[in-house]
Amino acid sequence: MTPTTRTRWAILSLTGPAYLWLACTIFLPIAAMLALSFLDKSPLVPKPASFTLANYGAFFGKPFYWSLTRWSIELGFWVTLFSFLIGYPAAYALAKRVKGRWREAIFLLIVLPFWSNALVRIFSWTMVLRSNGIIDLGVQSIFPGAPTVDLLFTYPAVVIGLVHSYLPYMILTCYIALQAIDDSLIEAGRSLGASKLTTFRRVVLPLSLPGIISGSALIFVPVIGSFMEPRILGGTKGATLGMNIEEQFTVTANWPLGAALSFILLAIVLIIFGVLYPFLRKQGGAA
Amino acid sequence: MRNLADAGIRFYLILVLVFLYLPILVMAVLAFNKSPLYALPFQFDLVWFKALAENDRLLKAGLNSVLIALANTVIATSLGTMAAVAFGRYTFRGKTMMQALLFPPIAIPWLVIGTAMLVFFFWIGRAMGYPGIARGLHAILLGHVALSLPYVIFVVGARLNDYPKALEEAAATLGATPWQVFRRVSVPILAPGVVAASLFAFAVSFDQFVISYFLAPPGVTTLPVEIYTSIRKGFTPEINAISTIIILVSMGLMLIVARFYRFGGERSGNE
Repeated sequence: MTPTTRTRWAILSLTGPAYLWLACTIFLPIAAMLALSFLDKSPLVPKPASFTLANYGAFFGKPFYWSLTRWSIELGFWVTLFSFLIGYPAAYALAKRVKGRWREAIFLLIVLPFWSNALVRIFSWTMVLRSNGIIDLGVQSIFPGAPTVDLLFTYPAVVIGLVHSYLPYMILTCYIALQAIDDSLIEAGRSLGASKLTTFRRVVLPLSLPGIISGSALIFVPVIGSFMEPRILGGTKGATLGMNIEEQFTVTANWPLGAALSFILLAIVLIIFGVLYPFLRKQGGAA
Repeated sequence: MRNLADAGIRFYLILVLVFLYLPILVMAVLAFNKSPLYALPFQFDLVWFKALAENDRLLKAGLNSVLIALANTVIATSLGTMAAVAFGRYTFRGKTMMQALLFPPIAIPWLVIGTAMLVFFFWIGRAMGYPGIARGLHAILLGHVALSLPYVIFVVGARLNDYPKALEEAAATLGATPWQVFRRVSVPILAPGVVAASLFAFAVSFDQFVISYFLAPPGVTTLPVEIYTSIRKGFTPEINAISTIIILVSMGLMLIVARFYRFGGERSGNE
C-alpha cells in the first residue's frame, strides 16, 4: 500500500462508521419522508399507494393550516424577542461588568437548569402558573381578595415556559459574542466623545449582532417545531403546526399529510437559515 | 454611582436566576409535600418517594433511560471521536462537505427527525417482513446516537484544534513508535475532550423526549416518555419526586462536565 492509499483507508475507516450511522438515521429517513409526503395513502393501509400532490394541496387550500403556521411563527417570534430582551442584558452584564469567580459561578448557574430534563421543567411551570399555584398565592398574599390568577392553558403560559426553556441559548451566544469585543474599542468610542448610549448603539450592538442572530436561530427553530410545551402549558389553546404534525402521526394516522406538514415546517426552517446565513457566516468558527 | 450601577447589575442577574430556578425549586419543594393536590401549607413527607419506589412503570422507564443513555454514550463517543480524529489530523477532499452534514441533525426540528425515523424504520421493517422492528429500545438507541454524534465530533474536535499535529510529529521524529505516540501523546491530549463529549452524549440521550416518543411502542417507554404520558393522564407528586432526582443527577453530571470543559471561560477569547 502506498502512503496515500493508507491515509485514504485511515480516513475512510475513521469517518465511515459515524457517517453510515447518520445516513441510516437522518438522511435516508428524511428522504423517505419526502417520498411519503407525495403518497395518497398511509403506509399503514395495506393497499398500494400512488403519487399525489394532495397533501401539499391540503395545506395551501385550508385556512386552518395557514392559521396554525402563522400561530407557530408568531410564537417563535415572541419567544425569541423575550429571550433577547431578558438574555442580552444578562449576557452583557456577565461579559463586561462581572469578573472573576462570580462570573464563573453565575455562568454555571445559568447553564445548569438547561441540563435538567426539558419536560420536567415545563411540567413544573404548571405548578407555578395554575390557580392556587405559586404566582396566584403570591398575588393573594400581597393583595388579599384579588381575582384569582390562573395563567395555565393560556398563550402567555406557553410563551413563559418556552422562554424559560430557551433563554440559556440566548445568554450563551450573546455572551460569547460580547466577550470577544475588545474593551479598547469601547474606550476608544468613549474617548472620541461618544456618550455611553451611542457607544453601545454604534459599537457594542453591531459587533454582538452575530451572537444575537445565532441565538435567535437556535431558539426560533425548535420553538416553531414544538408540540410538547404548547400541549402541556397551552392545552387546546396552544394549537401549533408541531401539535398538528404529532397528531397526524399518533392519533389520526394520516402519515402522508403529517409528512407534508413536516416538510413545510422544514422549509420554514430552511428559509430562516437562508436569511440568517450571511450573519451566521460572519461569526465564523464560533458556531 | 459606580456602586449603585453594580448593585443594579447584580440585582438583575439574581432576578434572571430566580426566573430560571423558580419552577425547579417549586417542584423540588412539592416533591417533599404531603398533599397529593399540591395544597399548602407545606408538610414535609417522603410519601412520594416511597410511592415512587413502588411504581414499577416509572422505575422500569428510568432503567430503560439509563441503559439507552449508557449504550448511546459508548457508541456515540467512539464513533464521534474516530471521526473527529480524522477531521483534526488529515486534510482531504470533501472534508468541509462532511462537516457541514453534521448540522442537519442539530438544526432540523426533532419532531421532523423523529417522525422521519418512524416512517423509514417502518418501511425497512415491512420490507424485511418484521414490521415490529420499526419501534423499540433499539430504534430509540439508533436515533439517540444520531443526535449525539455531531456534538461529540464538535467537542472532541475543539480539543484537537487546540493541540497542533506537530506535537505528535515531534514525538515520532524523536523515535517514538506509532503506538507510543498514540499512548503517550494523542490519548492525553484527547482524554478531557472525550470525557466532556461522553457526558454530553449521556445528557443528550437521557433528556431526549421527542425521538423516543415516536419510536417507543406501547408498553416500552423511557423516562421522559413515561413522564409525558403521566402528565397527560393527570399527574401525581411521584413525578415531582422522580423529577427532583433527575434534576439532581443531571446537574451533578453537568458540574462534572464543567470541571473538564470550560464554558465561556478564558478559552472563548479566541473564538
